[in-house]
Parts: sequence; C-alpha cells; structure tokens
Amino acid sequence: MASTETLTLNMGPQHPSTHGVLRLVLELDGETVIKCVPHIGYLHTGMEKSMENEPYQQAITITDRMDYLSAMNNNLAYCLAVEKLLGLKLPPRANTIRILMSEIQRIASHLLWLGTHAMDIGAMSVFFYCFREREMILNFFEEIAGARLTPSYIRIGGVALDLPDTAEEKIAKFLGILPDRLDEYWALLDENPIWRERTVGIGVISAADCLRYGVTGPRLRATGVPMDLRKDHPYCGYENYTFDVQVGENSDVFDSYRVRMGEMRESLRLIEQCLETMPEGDFNADDPKIVLPPKERVFTDMEALIHHFILVTRGFPVPPGEAYASIESPKGELGFYVVSDGSEKPYRVRVRPPSFYNLQALPYIVQGEMVADTVAVIGSLDIVLGEIDR
Amino acid sequence: MGVTTVVNGKLGQQAGQQGFLLARLDDLVSQVRANSIWPLTFGLACCAIEMMAIGASRYDVARFGSEVFRASPRQADLMIVAGRVSQKMAPVLKQIYDQMPEPKWVIAMGACASTGNGIFNNYAIVQGVDEIVPVDVYIPGCPPRPESLIYGILQLQKKIKRKGRILDENSVAA
Amino acid sequence: MSETEATTPAVEAPAPKVNPVLGDIDRIRKAIPDAILRVEEDAVREQYWLYLKPKALVPVLKLLRDDRNSDYPYLADLTCVDRPYEERRFTMIYNLYSLSRKQRLFLKVQLAENETVATASDVFVSADWAEREVYDLFGVRFDGHPDLRRIELPDDWDGHPLRKDYPIVGKRPVILLNDVRDAL
Repeated sequence: MASTETLTLNMGPQHPSTHGVLRLVLELDGETVIKCVPHIGYLHTGMEKSMENEPYQQAITITDRMDYLSAMNNNLAYCLAVEKLLGLKLPPRANTIRILMSEIQRIASHLLWLGTHAMDIGAMSVFFYCFREREMILNFFEEIAGARLTPSYIRIGGVALDLPDTAEEKIAKFLGILPDRLDEYWALLDENPIWRERTVGIGVISAADCLRYGVTGPRLRATGVPMDLRKDHPYCGYENYTFDVQVGENSDVFDSYRVRMGEMRESLRLIEQCLETMPEGDFNADDPKIVLPPKERVFTDMEALIHHFILVTRGFPVPPGEAYASIESPKGELGFYVVSDGSEKPYRVRVRPPSFYNLQALPYIVQGEMVADTVAVIGSLDIVLGEIDR
Repeated sequence: MGVTTVVNGKLGQQAGQQGFLLARLDDLVSQVRANSIWPLTFGLACCAIEMMAIGASRYDVARFGSEVFRASPRQADLMIVAGRVSQKMAPVLKQIYDQMPEPKWVIAMGACASTGNGIFNNYAIVQGVDEIVPVDVYIPGCPPRPESLIYGILQLQKKIKRKGRILDENSVAA
Repeated sequence: MSETEATTPAVEAPAPKVNPVLGDIDRIRKAIPDAILRVEEDAVREQYWLYLKPKALVPVLKLLRDDRNSDYPYLADLTCVDRPYEERRFTMIYNLYSLSRKQRLFLKVQLAENETVATASDVFVSADWAEREVYDLFGVRFDGHPDLRRIELPDDWDGHPLRKDYPIVGKRPVILLNDVRDAL
C-alpha cells in the first residue's frame, strides 16, 4: 500500500479528555498514532519553590493542591517525611485516623477516576453515579476538617482535630451503602460490550516496561506486579491490617479498571478494620515544641500560650538531614524528599509525583493505537496535572 | 425594568389576553442570554473538580440553564477560569478568550484565578486572571464550594439582565 | 526473598542492624574500584547514600540494574539540591528501588556550576523527563540526553527558578488590563 502523508494533530491544552491542561501533539497516519509528544507545564505552580519559603507546618497547605483528588494522601506523605527527620513517634489513634482518612480519600479519588474515565469513553451515567457517592465522602471531610477538597487535615505530629462523635456513625452508614453502589457500577460497566470493546486489549504495557518508565500504582499492578508500598514498606501501621493487593493479568486498560474497582473494595475492608480497632487516647504526638497545644490550655496556661505563639509565628526547627518518605497514593508511589538545614523552613522539598512518571509512559503505550484509544489510555493512567506540573 | 416586571404588570395581563407583549428588545435578549449561559470547559486545577461537581447530580446547574458545558470556545458564552493560571498557560487562556464569540463573560473562580492566592505568590503563577482578560465575577474560596459557583453564576445573570445591550457590547464588559 | 537473605544475612536481629546495601557497595567497589567517594548511612531511618564520581555514575547505574544480586530495576526518582555556597553546588540524587529486596538506595553526584553529568536515561528511561525537569529548574546539563529542553516552563524562560539565588517571585511580566482592552 502506498504510504500517505501523516497528519499532525494538536490535542490540548484545553481539551475535555486530557484531565486538565495536558497538551499532546499526535502524529497520525489515518486513525493510527505514529508518534505522541506530551507537553506539560501548563499548570506549573512553582510549589517546590514556594514550600522552601513556608514553615514546615504551613507548607502542608501547598501539598493539598498538588494532587487535589487525594489531598489527604499528599498531606500524609509530606508529614511522614518531616516526621522522619524529627524522629517523632505518633500515638496509635493518630495512626489509625490517618489510615482511615487516606483510605476514604482513596475511594474518593478512584470514584472520580471511574466517573471521568467512563465519561471519556462515552458512558455518561457512571459519572453522575460516582459523583453522588463522592459527595458523601466530601461531606464527611467537610465535617471533620472544614473543607471538601483541600482539608489539610493531617499535620506534622498527628492530625488537626480529633474525629467528631458522629464520625463513626457516618462512616458506618457509608460502609453500608457503598458496596451495593460498587455492584451497580460493576453491572453498568463490567459486562457492557461497548466498555469491553473500548478497553480490553487496549494500551498494553509489560511489567518490565512499566518499571523502566517508572510507572507505579494500579497501572503497574494491572501487569501482575504486586508492588504496593502499604505492604512493602508499611507506614502508619498498615502491617496490622489485613487486605489484599489487587493485581491484573493482561495489563490493558480494562485490567487497570478492574484493579481500581478491587482496590475500592479493599479500602472498604480497611476502613471497617480501622473503625473496629480505633484506639482511644491522644490524636497528636506528645511534643509541645511541634504540636499546637489544645485551645483550652492556650486560654489558661501561660506556657501553652507561649508555645502556641512561637509555633504559629515562627514554626519549629527541624534537625538538619535528608529524609525520603513514600506512600501508596491512589496514583502510585508518592514520595517526598525533604532536605533540612536546621531552620524552620525546608531547604528543599522534592516531590516524587506518581502521575509525572505514569504520563511519561504514554507515548510508548499509545504508539500504534487508534487516536480514540489515546483518551482511554490517558484515563487508565489516572493522571492529575496539578501533581505533574506542581 | 426587566421583562419579568413587564410580564407581571398590566402589560403582561394584556399579553395573556390579547396575545402580544411590549418590551424593550434589549431586555428580552438579555433575559434569554442570562438564562442560557453556556460555560466553556476550562478546568485548570482544583477548582475544576468543583466545577465538575456543579454539573453532576447534587448541585445540578441545569436548574439555572448553564449545564451545557462546551468544549469549543466558539460555542461558549462564559469562561469559568477554574484554577491557577501559570505563565505558560496565560497566552493560551488569552487565545481561547479571544476565540469566544461576543457577548462573552468571565468568572474568576477561586483565590488563584482572582488574586493568585497567597501561597502561590511566585514566579510561575499569574497573580489573578484579570491581568489578562476582563473579569465579571470573582468567586472567593480555595476552592469555592459548588454553591459559591452557582451563586457567582446567578450574580452574572443579574449583571447580564441589568446591563445587557444588543448594539453596544462594551457596556456589558464595563 | 531468598535474594534478600543472601545479601543481608541476619537482618531480623533488632539491635545492631547490618547495612543491607553492603553487598551493593562491595559489588561496585569490585567492578569500578574508585567509583564511590563516600558512603553515608542513616541506620535509624534506613536510608543509605553513596557519593559517586560523576564519571562513574552511568556504569554504576548499569551495574545496579543488571546485577542479579543487586536487582534495582526501577529508578524511582531523580532530583537535585542546590547549595550555592559550596564549591560543588549541585547535588544530584538518584533514588533507586529494588522490588525483590524491598530496598531503597540513594546515589549522589556532586557537580560544580558548569559541570555536566552523563544522562541516566540510557539506563533508565524514567530519567528522561526527570532530567529535563532538573535542567529546566536548576540548569544542570546532561550529556547525551536525547531531548534536553525545558519541560515545565515556557521555552523562552530566563533563568532556572529552583536555584537558591533565583527570587521567588521571579521576573514577572506584568500585562495591564488596559493593554488588553486596547487590543480588543
């Protein structure tokens, strides 16, 4: 067959299926993608620079806005890195609340992923259903932390506030509803011939290639590699909980969908265990030099007032050194490399964004695929541009 | 002054009985424009998620006639700048704004789009989208709740009804 | 798991922890004798850093990736720290992870202002964008990189923002609203 001229197609940065402001330059031969060049940086916020200019505790607000779909996990990873430098030991209640929150956030993130991914492929109704359940989670976050998307709830040394009395009841209600709803999504998509046609066998990448490109998270697990930092390097006491790592077989878009669906159920299991084993006691580390004193004591106790004043106006110094802490965020390995020079502000904060590396594999995956499948592959990578560009 | 008052008043009753209605064309057109604002899907960052939420089941912006999110600037009336605008994105935003047909309106959603947000006062972020395009409604919050966005859209509707003119479009922006 | 035991015997004993990357260090020393300048160990936090000669970086990465006992198939991250008051101001940090041994190892290379280092993207493709980012934000150049151009910032950007001597607000171009109105 005679060779034809190729067509260069610009997709983005303003495009509904690129999950933000990703720009792709696609070289097409008919409908087939020959070459794909992603251009990122349209949301570059200079967060790493900004964090160098904020006291440690206040820099948490910036982490919220990185991966805004799983803000709790961002808070957690950053706090773990700083706590590693400080050598803080947390009370068990703080750890359990942290696991509870990061698992609830994981479900919220996966729900949004499912809704938008399905919408990209053409299943509009799933989007509405997913947002319905996600609103329950956001309501809950609002109740405990005061914000829907950017709670800044997990702080260095523990969490911002104790769980309210109604929390347990609310989560129990949620736990009662969500399994049925997950079945509903399952029924809508799993056997759906259109869904299968669009996802099965699309966007295959081998496990070795995933590691070569640094792809982690559900997309790596879909290739059958059971890498999950919650199991491999348990943080916050994940080793005390029973859950299974979800793995796929065919490493295509469909398998990554199944892995995430499975992960939501595993998260529900974890939440259930958290509620059962929720210990009593303090929700913050016992270190007045780092953790804000309770408000009642600030009003009555001179020493507490001084601590409060110093912590708010100056922050706390962190011993010099370097620490890397990584967690399993909904997108993959989220790591913070914090360098301290002994002052109240971090000398350098490097984020290891999972989406950045996941997106890097996109040109390799979509090569030779149809142009419409590019959208499906982007969806399966579950990228968040806020995190990629930072 | 608007069409609604005319319909409710004496003339409205006449219209009901005799099948005609008297109103200024400006008011009629503004009424129509205000109640069918088609926003552009222009999600940038965190606020975009809340912007998606108003289109979904709980908030359902279709009640106010703005559910038709258009992907193409050529079909949109309203640009909701949802999120922080980086120096790299600024020319793109300007171009997309220029591509939108008149009359067009801009909502700066959230602290980043309105003022650059305190914590992002750095080299990469445009300190408020009003440095590039004229803004009609500013919505505070980081991110604003979906209710705030809906309220912002309602404020914009009021503004359109109050100031809408067919011939002199500049009076809308001013 | 058997490989873990082979390289790090008696890991289970709590008190004096054996450095789990000793095996890697021995292998590097055997293959490339003068590659490692210094070993930094933080046993409490289980973090290990190897300071390498810039020239030795790529061979060491290759060795750590290909050697069956080391088995680091995955470069998790690559970044840079700027310390302008030091003679070699840029410290490149390579963050390697071994899935089979569940072990993390940091390699460090220190570079002076105009010094370059060979690209790691030949060994690990994941280094491609990360190196572009370091080039963009720090101005460190990588020899042999396939496509070394700015990634986060516009191509015509002046300066490298994450350097410590770069002001946080940068050199911001101010567009006035009146200009825009005139243009319309």
